[in-house]
Amino acid sequence: MSVQDKYETVIGLEVHAQLLTETKMFCSCRNHFGSEPNTLICPVCTGQPGSLPVVNRRAIELGVRAALALNCQINERSVFARKNYFYPDLPKGYQISQYEAPFSQHGHLFVTLKSGDVRKIGVTRAHFEEDAGKSSHVGTGSLVNLNRAGVPLVEIVSEPDMRNSHEAGQYLRTVRSLLRYAEVCDGNMEEGSFRCDANISVRLKGAKEFGTKVELKNINSFRYVERAIDFEIERQIQLIEKGEKITQQTRSWDPAKNVTELMREKENAHDYRYFPDPDLAVLVIDEPWRKSIESSMPELPRAIRERFKETFGLSDYDAGVLTAEKELAKFYESVVKGSANAKMSANWVMNELLGKLNANGQSIEQSPISADDLGALVAKVVSNEISGKMAKMVFEEMFDSGKSAASIIQQKGLSQISDTDSLEPIVKAVVQKNPTQVADYLGGKDKLLGFFVGQVMKETKGQANPATLNEIVKKVLEGERK
Amino acid sequence: MSLQKLTISELLDAYSRRTLKPSEVVQSYLNVLAKSNPTLNAVLQVDTQRSLARAKQLDSRESEIAKLPLYGVPIVIKDNILVEGWQATAGSKILENYRSPYTATCVERLENAGAVVIGKANCDEFAMGSSNEHSAYGAVKNPWDISRVPGGSSGGSAAAVAAQMCLASLGSDTGGSIRQPASLCGVVGLKPTYGRVSRYGVIAYASSLDQVGPLARNVWDASRVFEVMAGCDGHDSTTSAQTVPRYTELLKTASMKNVVVGVARDWLEGVEGEVKKTFDESLELMVSAGAKLVDVTLPSSKHALATYYIIAPCEASSNLARFDGIHYGFRSQQKSSLNDLYCLSRGEAIGAEVKLRIMLGTYALSSGYYDAYYLKANRVRSLIQKDFEKAFTQCSVMAIPTSPTTAFVMGEKSDDPIQMYLSDIFTLPINLAGIPGISVPCGKDKAGLPIGLQFIGKHFDEATLLNTAHSYEKVRGQWDLPQLGVV
Repeated sequence: MSVQDKYETVIGLEVHAQLLTETKMFCSCRNHFGSEPNTLICPVCTGQPGSLPVVNRRAIELGVRAALALNCQINERSVFARKNYFYPDLPKGYQISQYEAPFSQHGHLFVTLKSGDVRKIGVTRAHFEEDAGKSSHVGTGSLVNLNRAGVPLVEIVSEPDMRNSHEAGQYLRTVRSLLRYAEVCDGNMEEGSFRCDANISVRLKGAKEFGTKVELKNINSFRYVERAIDFEIERQIQLIEKGEKITQQTRSWDPAKNVTELMREKENAHDYRYFPDPDLAVLVIDEPWRKSIESSMPELPRAIRERFKETFGLSDYDAGVLTAEKELAKFYESVVKGSANAKMSANWVMNELLGKLNANGQSIEQSPISADDLGALVAKVVSNEISGKMAKMVFEEMFDSGKSAASIIQQKGLSQISDTDSLEPIVKAVVQKNPTQVADYLGGKDKLLGFFVGQVMKETKGQANPATLNEIVKKVLEGERK
Repeated sequence: MSLQKLTISELLDAYSRRTLKPSEVVQSYLNVLAKSNPTLNAVLQVDTQRSLARAKQLDSRESEIAKLPLYGVPIVIKDNILVEGWQATAGSKILENYRSPYTATCVERLENAGAVVIGKANCDEFAMGSSNEHSAYGAVKNPWDISRVPGGSSGGSAAAVAAQMCLASLGSDTGGSIRQPASLCGVVGLKPTYGRVSRYGVIAYASSLDQVGPLARNVWDASRVFEVMAGCDGHDSTTSAQTVPRYTELLKTASMKNVVVGVARDWLEGVEGEVKKTFDESLELMVSAGAKLVDVTLPSSKHALATYYIIAPCEASSNLARFDGIHYGFRSQQKSSLNDLYCLSRGEAIGAEVKLRIMLGTYALSSGYYDAYYLKANRVRSLIQKDFEKAFTQCSVMAIPTSPTTAFVMGEKSDDPIQMYLSDIFTLPINLAGIPGISVPCGKDKAGLPIGLQFIGKHFDEATLLNTAHSYEKVRGQWDLPQLGVV
């Protein structure tokens, strides 16, 4: 038994997801990433004296959708609170958030692990928050961009239900996927629209109390989250093994050095002095409003998975793979539309396309083959216009060149010959040229059928439809019997 | 008759008879202001060019008088309220060079109605104070006696009206900051129901208590300013959607007859001398005009001061965090780390009284103390609200002195914050309850200093409140402001 096996890790995650609203949470400035610094600002989001926040109803609707996607209960009444701290990218000196009374809580989601096992992870709560601005440190000075200040966020807090970095990574991927399905967040970790903090502690297996937790902040990719957690578990176990105490800290992940580094100790932790924001009334999400949001909810992966099984006859596994990401499910459905064959489409998307994309480290959005083009290719296989083998060649070329199936087939003269009138004269000619083989075949060597088919394929450069060709060869050879 | 003697209603009459032009009136008020202000220090900024340019524009809009309820009325705005292009210091050094990038909703409505801003009024720093001695730009003097304070925090607004530097002014009232200086300066001051007037553009002191209101020479004038600026505002979620009556129309039929006035004797305990005597005389006068008096009790109001000095500093500690020397306003020039920059900027540019309240609030909101202070204070606040609700089942308005004393001598209470805080003993509970109150001059003490009578109304029932105050004015009779030139 290794040292690590004596311990159990406990992980809880906090996700900050920016909501895809047109405007900010409490003012009418545009919510947009990538504009010139400090161009999307006004008296409210720059904290000018006398300015007041007014709630953006659209942000509430998207937040409720997010919470519903996470199976959270929606609270009819919730309270905005001020989280007080000083920082240059926080112009008011406080962040409007929710504290004692969040708008949603008691959710859960199911996470599929590498092993195929499914784990249920609790979601403690989801609450509204406004984003802060962005500071960048240049030389000895710092620059503040307030375009992001006031962008609406939902903060999603998990239960401490995860036990290793893989579970944590899968939890994050699932949350991201659900938010994208619900069309509330684009999940772009690089641009910071989906961010994660992790709370990690270790304890001896079987211990009832949690160990002292360490908070990891600002990790901007799933891989880094997993690596940072692994590093942190190792660091904590080593300290305990050395007889040292874990202190409550906030640490950051340095992706260049592959280590976590101390940001601050608990005694330097902020006392945020939360209290209800007197500028904002109690947020009421009454039943009619909640129901109208529910009814506008885009279809979630659970429902799509069931639909795929029912209407397309897919296995649970296939339906699961094809609904892992919203874009993939949409892609698959478009392929089915173009090919009119759900099962064959599933095979092509999962085996050929995902295989190639994974090998190249690409996502479905980056596929060089569009869903329509792939649908058209599969349709040609379905209608026997080309053989499966040829289709694979065409697929390779489509993937490399981005050209459509039709243009490749035409360019290479690859369309399949399926009509008897074209094939029969070729078959007859082949039969005529090979009397010995004909005699042997008729004498009982059935296997020679393949020889004739092969010869015809050679003549037609492989374009003959194999099934039709088989029939014709048999018929012509039987004709020789007389 | 001197132009300065005209009230708003008389001035509007003169305008519609076309015997006066806004530019003449504004010029005349600017002249008085220029003459008296060096003594009184009531106004911190004038912009003669800007104000006259606006007045001249109005000269050419004579035909629109009927649509402009404050046509050509010169007003002064407390310096914690933003008017685009004007300064907004809130009486603090930390905002000494701050120019307003936008206009407060209340001022925008007054300007749209034809009012002309002619100055920004001095005030206690961030509206914290009862004497106007806590301004970074010097104390304001009382026009009735320049050795005395004008009250606070809207001391500049009250003094400007009393000294006839303007026809009306805006103040803000968090615990009595309109009514107490109105009382000490012998003018009318109205604190509307919380949520009646937008707070957008008003530098927040305690957001759940702050309310903007007018100071003017009489109830009609105050009602006119009030009815123009009241009502729901899309920029302030705490404003009410209730419709705003035309208060000045309602005043036409106002009467004292059968008005039931509640008097809370338990609250009055400790008030003596001329204030008490004048208050009792005012009650008799109301009765003689047909009002009925009824005794009510407000048992929780004795906790109002303690409650207020938890809630207001808590909110202030958060509201004032934005004045950090980073984005605008004063920044310490000492080279320093980020943390030092905060401490030095705030340390150098924020005054002692404001620091005291920030510290009080920061402490009371800290983890471990929140329940004992902030939460408990809010529970007491509910009790105070319930007391008023109960009292108002027996009466339609209540009466109480506005301030336990007349204007005190400068420096008299400066070293004793508790004595200073007690100046607001009759005004604080009204803010905690969120209901409206108005101070009307009701007499003078032996020294000739004005005494204020406060009427208190039900939630959003400013109509009854103003009608009663207006009727009282009629039975009280003529009220003269201190003579020009005496100053």
